[in-house]
Parts: sequence; structure tokens; C-alpha cells
Amino acid sequence: MPPDAPDASPPALARRRRRRKPWAAGYLFLAPWLFGFFLLTAGPMVGSLYLSFTGFDLLQPPRWIGLANYERMFTDDPRFTAAFWVTMRYVLFSVPLKLAFALALAMLLDRGLRGLSFYRSVLYLPSLLGGSVAIAVLWKQIFGYDGLVNSALYSLFGVDGPSWISNPDYALETLIALRVWQFGSPMVIFLAGLRQIPTELYEAAAIDGAGPWTLFRRVTLPLLTPVVFFNLVLQTIDDFKAFTPAFIISGGTGGPVDSTLFYTLYLYQEGFGYFRMGYASALAWLLFVVIGTFTAAAFLTSRYWVHYADDRR
Amino acid sequence: MIVGSRGHTGWRALAWHALLILVCLAMLYPVLWMVASSFKPESEIFTDLRPWPPGFSPRAYIEGWFGLQHPFGRYFLNSAIVASLSVVGNVIACSLAAFAFARLDFPLKRLWFTLMLGTLMLPYHVTLVPQYVLFQHLGWVDTFLPLVVPKFDAADAFFIFLMVQFFRGIPRELDEAATIDGCGPFRLYLMVILPLSMPVLATAAIFSFIWTWDDFFGPLIYLNDAANYTVPLALRAFVDSSGRSEWGPLFAMSTLSLVPVFLVFLLGQRLIIRGIATGGLKG
Repeated sequence: MPPDAPDASPPALARRRRRRKPWAAGYLFLAPWLFGFFLLTAGPMVGSLYLSFTGFDLLQPPRWIGLANYERMFTDDPRFTAAFWVTMRYVLFSVPLKLAFALALAMLLDRGLRGLSFYRSVLYLPSLLGGSVAIAVLWKQIFGYDGLVNSALYSLFGVDGPSWISNPDYALETLIALRVWQFGSPMVIFLAGLRQIPTELYEAAAIDGAGPWTLFRRVTLPLLTPVVFFNLVLQTIDDFKAFTPAFIISGGTGGPVDSTLFYTLYLYQEGFGYFRMGYASALAWLLFVVIGTFTAAAFLTSRYWVHYADDRR
Repeated sequence: MIVGSRGHTGWRALAWHALLILVCLAMLYPVLWMVASSFKPESEIFTDLRPWPPGFSPRAYIEGWFGLQHPFGRYFLNSAIVASLSVVGNVIACSLAAFAFARLDFPLKRLWFTLMLGTLMLPYHVTLVPQYVLFQHLGWVDTFLPLVVPKFDAADAFFIFLMVQFFRGIPRELDEAATIDGCGPFRLYLMVILPLSMPVLATAAIFSFIWTWDDFFGPLIYLNDAANYTVPLALRAFVDSSGRSEWGPLFAMSTLSLVPVFLVFLLGQRLIIRGIATGGLKG
């Protein structure tokens, strides 16, 4: 808001006369968003919360069944349990590995070499392309029985590899590898954070006799914790929602034997394969709660491990 | 560029460059190999590990292009329609909302702003089923409308947030000067704020394009008829219909599907990198 001029010069008067208008103008500008917010976000949220207590197959009107969907989830649905743990394993492995990889490469880039922006762009590319169906198709070939990995194993070591994607022991690992490969965007964020760290800090620590590991532990990492935090929250939320690679590589089944049954994939199967829309809504709300819990935990614990520059502790 | 103690010169710099080039090649190897394989004879895809093709045989491209019910041009056209409408919708609707949040005063503004930020964290699954029911009632299933119309309602709150940040950085004196000259809010938005906000508008446009081009879940839910398939859906249908020894055409179409995103990246990489570094936009 512009500061009110105390004098009543003509422009100020004109401004005052128009005071009513920005009021309406504000809502006029906000109208598309408000419309979408109520019709596509808030309304449907309430709707799916309601549907999660019903049985609903799109054809008949929803039937109130109380907590039955949630009961089934926790007591009587082995595929739900499978999907839950597959997703947990996926998130718990892919997020830390991806962040470690991203940080290592960001530190490798942050050496004042020429051509930084070129290297950064090239290393970012897997992140840009990796979520697409095309790359999932490629992954399916690479880790297939007569795929790239096995032909490399054969021509280099004479080893006959298994079919990685159709072996329940390795299928999820290939998806984790695909996700870790997309380290580009956290790397870009780490790099921006690294370049904020004043060089003098390194110089001072080096004069005090700190070696590279001590520099990393005592200078780089503490000063980078806000960026680690940011990346951690963002990537965790993202990986909980992963869908496309598992769908493409398993042909929509989540197999072999549900070893790649991502939570969202199971939700899709229940909702749009079997038309159990009430159950799918309950699954969606549980996902929301789980993501919310992880995010809240990150925020609540952040005061113990995230150091901000103006922190005086 | 960082100079001084962390800069390297001479042989050491050369060694670091060599290492970085090696890392880059290793990371891009799978993609390069796929592109190369799309030009190789089918029988060599399994045995040839080289990330460059022996020649440029367009066989796989021709076979792939006509490998499904409709030629792939159809799917590219569908994707282009959805992506470009989404870009237009996002840029218009998000900039309107962002202008209201950044520059106008109205009751409950803080509440709306907080709610808008709240939707950033929301997994779209919690709105999925009722949205589907709504679009079904409107008769929009199997059309592009469910994929495009939400963009005109500024459903991607991330862009609103990004634009609010940018608009706030534009000096207020400009608004006041324009207001004194008799500009109403709409002219202010159109003639003052938007022309000064090209970088953020371009960033939003680029990310809208990439996200909608790559989107798989939305089209999977809403598009049924093969004639309406976008490229990701067509690729999926192609995977499911090909036998295990037909990777050439699949790779060819996969490669083609990555070209638009790659071109956008080449043209807008500075904005993309900055958008990620400052706004945490996912790539």
C-alpha cells in the first residue's frame, strides 16, 4: 500500500476517491484462482474426505460405510501393506542417496573451474529428462534380460546377468537407481548454496590447520544445512508421489510380485482399475497424512540440526 | 566465478576438467546410447555398447512413426495442443493472481495467500476422485479440457508464488507514477508489471511446458480414445504392444519425444537453472 500523503493535493484526492476500487479489483484479479481453489481444490478435498468413508464405484451413488475403508487398509489388505513398504523403502533409499550424490557433484563443480555452467547444464539433464515415459522405456530395456547392463556384463566379464526388472529382489533397486540418477535439481540448489559460503571461512579454517574432511564437516556442511533441509523436504514429498517409472516398467501391475507396487500405483489400480473410488480416496488421504507427517517431522527437528547464518548459538 | 584459493590453474585444472568430462559422459551414457541405438539395426542393439551409431539408418523412425493405430504425428499434435494451452493458461491466470497478492489490497488477502501456499504441499491425489467425478459430469472425460482448464484457474500455485516474489521486487514508485497518471489496476498490470516481468513469465512458461509435455498421470486418467493420446500415452501403448525384440522403433519414438523438452532446455537453460536454484522448482 502506498503511504498516505498527509496533504490533500489533487493526486492524493484522486487516489482516495479510487480507494473503493482496488477492493473489487483485487477480487477480480483473484477470481480465476478463487474459482479454481473452491471448485478444484477445497471442494474436492472435502469431497474425497467424505468419499473415503463410503463405498463408491462411479455408477451408484456413494454408500456410507463408516471406517470400513480404513479398517480394510490396516487389517485386511496385504497389497496395501506391500505398497506402503515398497514406497517407504523407495523413499528411504532414493532420497538420501540422491542428495549425497547431488552434494558430491555440486562440490566437484564448485572449484572455480572454467565452464561451470556447461558442466552444470549437462549434469542437470538426467533430472530434466528422467521423469518422462521415454526414459522409463529406456530403463526397462537397460535392466531387462537382454538389456544394456547384461550385455555389458557379458562382454566385459563373461557373466550372464539376471533379468533385473523381472526379479523381485532387484526390481525396486532399478527404480531407485533411476531416481538417484535424477540428482540434477538438488545439485543445482546445493551449488547455489555452496557459492554463498564466504571463501574467508575456508581460508581461516585452513590457516588453523583444518584438512579437507574437517573443512567439509565443520564449515561446508553446517553452513549448508538450510539447503539440505530444503532439498530433503522437496525430494521426500516428490518421491512419495512417484508413479510413472513403476507404471511403465511393470506394465501397470507393480510387479513382479508387487515388488514395485508404488503407493500411487496401487491407488490408481484401486480407483481406476477396480473403480473402488471410496477406497482410493481413503488411500489418498492416508498419503496426505504420511507426507504431512514427514514434512512436519522435518520442520520440528530442524531446530536441532539446521543452522541459519544469523543463528547465534 | 570464484577466484583465489579455490581456483585451479595448469595441470591441476586440466585433471579436474578431465574428471568432470568423464562424470558427464558416464551420466549421459544411457541417453546417448538410446539415441545411438535408435539408428542401429535391430540385431545390433543388444550387442553394441557404443554410444554412437554406425550410420544413420532412419528405419526405426519410419517403423516407429507408423507403429501404432495413428501415426505419431497425431500424438505430437495432441501433446503440443495440451502443452501450449497449459502454458498460456498458467501464465495468464497465475500472473493475475500474483498481481493481486503482490500489489492490490483487499479483505482476507492474507488468508487467501496462506491457503494458496498451503496448496503447494498438497498431493493431487486428495482431489483426484472428486475432480474426476466433476469432469465426468461435465462430459469432459476423453477431451483435453480436464488437462487444460485447471491451468486457466491458476491451479499450479508454484507459479503464483514465484511471480509474487518477482512482482514484489519491482519498485513501487513505478506503480505510484502510473497511478498518478491515471492508470487503473488493470492497465498497471498490463502496461507496467507484465512488461517488467518477462524473466519470471518465461520461467513459468518453460516449466509449464516441460511438466505438461512429460505429464503421464493426467492423460492416463482422462484420455481413453487412442486418437486423443498424448505422446507419453502413445509411448506407453507402444511398449505394451511391442514384443521384446522391437526396441529400435520404441527408442526412436522415445528419442523424438525428448526433443521438444531438450530444445526448450537449450533455449531457456539460464532461466531453468535460476528457477531451480532460487525457487526450488523441480526439473
